[in-house]
Amino acid sequence: MVEALILPLRLSGAMVRRKGRTIVGPVDHQVSATGFTIVMGPNGAGKTTLLRMMHGMERLSAGSVTWQVPERDARERQAYVFQTPVMMRRSVLDNVAYPLIVHGVRPKPARARAGAWLEQVGLSGLADRQATVLSGGERQKLALARALIRAPQILFLDEPCASLDGRAMRDIEAILRAAHAAGTRIVMATHDMGQARRLATEVLFVHHGALHEVASASTFFDHASTPDARAFLKGDILE
Amino acid sequence: MNELFEGLAEAARLIVTLDSDLIEISLRSLQVTVTAVIVASAIGLPLGAWLAVNRFRHRRTAIATLNALMGLPPVVVGLVVYLLLSRSGPFGVLGLLFTPTAMIVAQIIILTPLVASIAHQAMRDMWAEYHDLLISLNTTRWQRIRVLIWDGRRALLTASLAGFGRGIGEVGAIMIVGGNIDHSTRVLTTAIALETGKGNFALALGLGFVLIGLALLVNGLIHTLSHTEVSDRW
Ligand SMILES: Nc1ncnc2c1ncn2[C@@H]1O[C@H](COP(=O)(O)OP(=O)(O)O)[C@@H](O)[C@H]1O
Ligand SMILES: [Mg+2]
Repeated sequence: MVEALILPLRLSGAMVRRKGRTIVGPVDHQVSATGFTIVMGPNGAGKTTLLRMMHGMERLSAGSVTWQVPERDARERQAYVFQTPVMMRRSVLDNVAYPLIVHGVRPKPARARAGAWLEQVGLSGLADRQATVLSGGERQKLALARALIRAPQILFLDEPCASLDGRAMRDIEAILRAAHAAGTRIVMATHDMGQARRLATEVLFVHHGALHEVASASTFFDHASTPDARAFLKGDILE
Repeated sequence: MNELFEGLAEAARLIVTLDSDLIEISLRSLQVTVTAVIVASAIGLPLGAWLAVNRFRHRRTAIATLNALMGLPPVVVGLVVYLLLSRSGPFGVLGLLFTPTAMIVAQIIILTPLVASIAHQAMRDMWAEYHDLLISLNTTRWQRIRVLIWDGRRALLTASLAGFGRGIGEVGAIMIVGGNIDHSTRVLTTAIALETGKGNFALALGLGFVLIGLALLVNGLIHTLSHTEVSDRW
């Protein structure tokens, strides 16, 4: 059976307002079926809110976010890695197996598949450890395995490498590259210019809650068209 | 001072020789409070989890009521249960007054709000932690409650143990509805009150030691449960 494609994702006039303030939007954008999109922008620009809005975790104040299939089915084929991953109070293996088990896979095969994923992200040695004792980098790897275990069509990540050391960052980038090569659509917010250059095929530059500039990676990094984006790339502090 | 030491020695003797009165009274205490804790947990734990996960109109009022009920003076609970169960009361025909069942009923009323309130706090914290993940994974409400109860089972056990700690040392309500009748409704706390009044310090102290032992045991368990959370697994 061929799984229905949920992409492209279409945002039209999508807006999140809270306490009378517009946090993001209105955003008109289409997330195409392939690619590795990096969401960039200064702190507080609205990157997190934009990702959560795409994933359907923010109540829209206006506009729409539509997939190619009904929202309920679309949710089944997405995954999201939060900036601070949630460590369930159970073993590392059971954390990774949970998305399968809660969606009806028997515990035994679910744990077997979780074990294989732990191998891929380099956490096999910690399978029986309580997840709450993991280090920052290990937590992100656990969250990645847990997000990828249901083979999502699209994976959202919110600054997965913030405050990680170089080695953990390299491991995580390798996992993301492999997932992308295997056909997973990726949309990821990051702060790290080097990481953005290494991974992006497309850049969404967010500023003051608006999608300020959308460009292919090569265009964005070499000839960004807006002054704000150029200033951001130069490392200037944006107002 | 001398009286105290004699009392201590006599108390030790009663415990070491497994004095039959001491055993009987201790077992009845356990029977009453353990039964009350089981019923209070069966009601209070799911109630606490449910209040943590659900948003409904009078949620705040419900939680405030729960916390207020937690502060009910046991003596007043005893009085109300007494009036309900007394021969002229609405449940008089059941003939439950001055039986262990009446004591269990009174303790259920005292312990349920406590267990539910502690469970609610623990579940609310866990829900705040798990919220984003469980929403992202598209879980149903029932699946959310299940995972909170399972992953929070230590915290829930702690809530039950806190209920036990409160129940085992409670005297006001069970004195009123049980009547402290020898070989029938006498428990550790009521016996201590009575024996002290009679100047029978040895038995009172012996019973007191058993009571302290039980309380320490429970506190130790609570401590272990809440401090091994991160390193242990089961
Ligand atoms: N629920 C909310 N209520 C009010 N303000 C919010 C809420 N969520 C985010 N914000 C604000 O919206 C802005 C954008 O936040 P965020 O999307 O987290 O930005 P970024 O991820 O780019 O740093 C910030 O100023 C933040 O304080
Ligand atoms: Mg953010």
